[in-house]
Amino acid sequence: MSGTGARRIRVRVEGLVQGVGFRPFVCGLAGAHGVSGFVGNDPGGVFIEAEGESARLEAFTAGLTAQAPPLALVERVSVEPVEPVGESDFRIVPSRRATGDGTWRAPGGDLLGGARAFSVGDLSVASVSPDAGTCAACLRESRDPGDRRYRYPFANCTGCGPRFTIVTGVPYDRCATTMADFEMCGACAREYGDPGDRRFHAQPVCCPACGPVLRALGADGRVEAGDPVETAARWLEAGRVVAIKGLGGYHLAVLAADGPAVAALRARKRRESRPFAVLAPDAAAARTLVHLDPAAERLLTGTRRPIVLAPRRGDAPVADAVAPGARDLGVMLPYTPLHHLLADRLAAPYVLTSGNLTDEPIAYRDEEALRRLAGVADGFLVHDRRIEAPADDSLVRVFRGRELVLRRSRGYAPAPVGVPWPFPRPVLACGAQLKNTFCVARGTQAFLSQHLGDLESHETLRCFAESVEHFCRLFGVRPAVVAHDLHPEYLSTAYARDREGVDLIGVQHHHAHVASCLAEHGHGGPVIGVAFDGLGLGEDGTLWGGEVLVADLVSYRRVAHLETVPMPGGAAAVRQPWRMAAAWLDRVHGDAPPCLPVAERHREQWPVVVRMARTGLNSPLTSSAGRLFDAVAAVAGVRDVISYEGQAAAELEARVDPGEQGAYPARLIEGEPLVIAAGDLVRAAAEDVAAGTDAGRIAARFHRGLAAAVVRAVRVVGEGTGLRTVALSGGVFQNTVLLEAVVSGLERERFQVLVHSRVPPGDGGIALGQAVVAAANDRR
Amino acid sequence: LAHGAGGKASRTLIEAVFVDAFRSPELQPLDDGATLDLGTGRLVLTTDAYVVSPLFFPGGDIGDLAVNGTVNDLAVCGARPMYLSAAFVLEEGFPIADLRRIAASMAAAAGRAGVRVVTGDTKVVQRGKADGCYVTTAGVGALERPITLGESQVRPGDAVIVSGPIGEHGITVMIARGDLDIEADLTSDTAPLHDAVAALLDAVPVRMMRDATRGGVATVLNEIARGAGVAVTVDERAVPVRPVVSGACELLGLDPLYVACEGRFVAVVDGDHAEAAVAALRRHPVGEGAAVVGSIEPGPPGMVLLNTAFGGTRIVDLLVGDPLPRIC
Ligand SMILES: [Fe+3]
Ligand SMILES: [Mg+2]
Ligand SMILES: [Zn+2]
Ligand SMILES: [Zn+2]
Repeated sequence: MSGTGARRIRVRVEGLVQGVGFRPFVCGLAGAHGVSGFVGNDPGGVFIEAEGESARLEAFTAGLTAQAPPLALVERVSVEPVEPVGESDFRIVPSRRATGDGTWRAPGGDLLGGARAFSVGDLSVASVSPDAGTCAACLRESRDPGDRRYRYPFANCTGCGPRFTIVTGVPYDRCATTMADFEMCGACAREYGDPGDRRFHAQPVCCPACGPVLRALGADGRVEAGDPVETAARWLEAGRVVAIKGLGGYHLAVLAADGPAVAALRARKRRESRPFAVLAPDAAAARTLVHLDPAAERLLTGTRRPIVLAPRRGDAPVADAVAPGARDLGVMLPYTPLHHLLADRLAAPYVLTSGNLTDEPIAYRDEEALRRLAGVADGFLVHDRRIEAPADDSLVRVFRGRELVLRRSRGYAPAPVGVPWPFPRPVLACGAQLKNTFCVARGTQAFLSQHLGDLESHETLRCFAESVEHFCRLFGVRPAVVAHDLHPEYLSTAYARDREGVDLIGVQHHHAHVASCLAEHGHGGPVIGVAFDGLGLGEDGTLWGGEVLVADLVSYRRVAHLETVPMPGGAAAVRQPWRMAAAWLDRVHGDAPPCLPVAERHREQWPVVVRMARTGLNSPLTSSAGRLFDAVAAVAGVRDVISYEGQAAAELEARVDPGEQGAYPARLIEGEPLVIAAGDLVRAAAEDVAAGTDAGRIAARFHRGLAAAVVRAVRVVGEGTGLRTVALSGGVFQNTVLLEAVVSGLERERFQVLVHSRVPPGDGGIALGQAVVAAANDRR
Repeated sequence: LAHGAGGKASRTLIEAVFVDAFRSPELQPLDDGATLDLGTGRLVLTTDAYVVSPLFFPGGDIGDLAVNGTVNDLAVCGARPMYLSAAFVLEEGFPIADLRRIAASMAAAAGRAGVRVVTGDTKVVQRGKADGCYVTTAGVGALERPITLGESQVRPGDAVIVSGPIGEHGITVMIARGDLDIEADLTSDTAPLHDAVAALLDAVPVRMMRDATRGGVATVLNEIARGAGVAVTVDERAVPVRPVVSGACELLGLDPLYVACEGRFVAVVDGDHAEAAVAALRRHPVGEGAAVVGSIEPGPPGMVLLNTAFGGTRIVDLLVGDPLPRIC
């Protein structure tokens, strides 16, 4: 084929190109264009040498990006000419691994295909792709009685199946996954080796003859006879709690319509009222549960298969205990053949919630899961494919037709976030304390970890430390710079300070929030950043959370914030929003408080809490927007005590009366920084409560009033600085009512507004912000 | 300001300033007293400065604290407390009656502890340059038992004992100071511990002891975990806390594990003798509420893990300064 005019090129493809059927695709592409050569994986991505006529090579190279497989994400294709060698075929060659001297070599030690060694420094690192929901072709097979994978729960192909959760190392090959435990049968090996097959080089390929086996275990751990899916379905129909081993860990399931079963699950999981997600058999069934707009339906049916939060239908066939007090319901579709089989058999939605006790990380190792879930689950639906990395279900909602990720985990992690500013040295950013994720970064890629949970628990901290090591190995990052929050008692901060031989960079919490939004948009600032959240330590030792900053990636200035109040009892004031009501009402009314129901409900403790606020006894000061929501929720009679983070604010949002057009006024108090007199909002809410106004209107007037105050503060800052771009971040902006009001207000003022989409606005996104701030300071 | 809270900030201060300045083999920043070998026998020497507001509180005053605190520091080093010195820094205009009252309670406390105050000093500073009255005591005790105590003796499998219900002193003082209108049937736990300690040493093999003053039991447990390179696991339900204290802690938003005691100590003993240790302590009034609260595990080293009533495992960290919420 290498006749006259033949040229040869060496191609490097970077991005999400491993574990997505990229090499078979390259083979097919080479065949289509009549090009010879070879393709293989290395820790940097995919390497190719191709030989043929110029026009054919050009078409081939263009096709690498234009026709890439659905799960691939090609970030860069670089081409260099080499001497033609005159091959006749195109083949897949073995993967190359890194060697100690910084060159890449084949596993056998020989350099392959005439390729010369090149140094690690030239490479960005190959991405391990996220897990993908079962594709239509695999689903068809699992429903076809004539297929050899009929009803096989672990079918997958190059277009779907487990990835990140089973990968043990790079490059992505079967031996570097937990599928290494299973030897392929002849039929699977033929599919694996056939360039024309959908399973050509699909690393987790398997079938009933050679792959993982599903079992149903009773509460005593003994194997139940009969079809495991049928057994589990009967358990669920009998109202039992069943633990199901999924892709990223163990889940607990009950039938969603079964009130007593849902209540039993809540009691055993010790989860009082935080909403559960529901798995619907298919999109049609999902539509009976929630109102789906086209964007939500696209997210629901896409390959990432997150939980999608959408407005619950009044007649949704689920028990009230599934999502008490919530306007929305979290719905997902099956994402493995196992979940499809169970859903098809039940023909009804079932609750699927992570297999843990509240506040613990998801259980994913078999022995540990059986031990931790004993007494919680009545039966287990398990299999023998190990989970290497835990991943909870991701959680998303829609804002203005775009995805807004609230929890970024299965299906999303560890896809890198590309940034336009190269990291001068490898960075590890340790994230926050709650909803922790961390971030490792090198080159122009930031790998934000899956959601790990709250670091208060030792299990989560251990999982955090192990996951950091895993990510560093997978992505070839040896951190030289370690970024952390300023809060000295975050366990992520303590972890950072214990790392040796690195440069530590402390990043203020709200600066990191704003920077995470900038990084997601590839915007370097300066911008006006509005960071509204629960709490984060400010540089002045008070707790911030209602902040307007002028920020770029290097630094920030606090230009405005919500009025500061004491939090009587510290963390107790977070758990008991009525304490914030006491602090705020004391602030606005002093010694002549009106007699409000919230004060009546806490008659005995109220005076003590007010005195604590006044004397400052265990009452740190805060400018938090989250605590302001808490205070108003308690004043309005919506929520006095919470059982999960953000509950009062979420319930206040759910109560907003969409028809209400009023807004409470709030003054801006001139100064450096400018202060938003949030007390005005509390006073107005209290007056409305005294006048008998209903909670829905109070909630609406508060949301609209706060948004208007924020917009006015930003306008003042914009006039002073000339800045016209605003970035919105922080957990409070998960609230789409507030977000919509702030965004539309800013747009009316002709500001350009940056909001989150793929990176969570809450503390789950903070590690990315820390990483880019650390890099910006490292670059200087 | 945060340096007085008894947690990580005070430790950092001590390590940064004093350990460096004084460099001596006897100076161990975490020990309550120094053991001095005189050739003819071993002595323990300790000193402590006492600052408390208010000076008088239910169950005691700064005088009791100054005697009991130093007696207890000697006792938990394994020594028999013998002699004290006392020095006073007084603000100009401090009422003589109050000073008499403090001196009287010091004398009474010394009598109960079987020690004598043998020397002292008094300085008066200008009004506004001090907060009423500060007391510093030093103490000397004889180390008569042929034993070695300390973190180096701690082994996995050992049991962790708390000598009585925790947090009463700290909460009492806070209520007295805070003008909070809380009605609580609560007095400071300030008491001399030497008899209970001696009984414990007679009864079982003891690895180490420490009195849980500022920073509370949580701080002592962290010192043990870090100093010995072990993990300390604690069962939340086993920690003795009187309901009136847990109720007040709930109201004030405090964790009793971090609240100061002035008459409680933590002991690490051979795990096989845990019950005997508790039985020995319970024979003394100050040890009536003694309990095994946890155990020493090989790892994760340096960590204190609390098995919560809900079945989870929470990390009990050393506080850096005044507690600030980490949750949001
Ligand atoms: Fe935050
Ligand atoms: Mg002392
Ligand atoms: Zn497939
Ligand atoms: Zn097979």
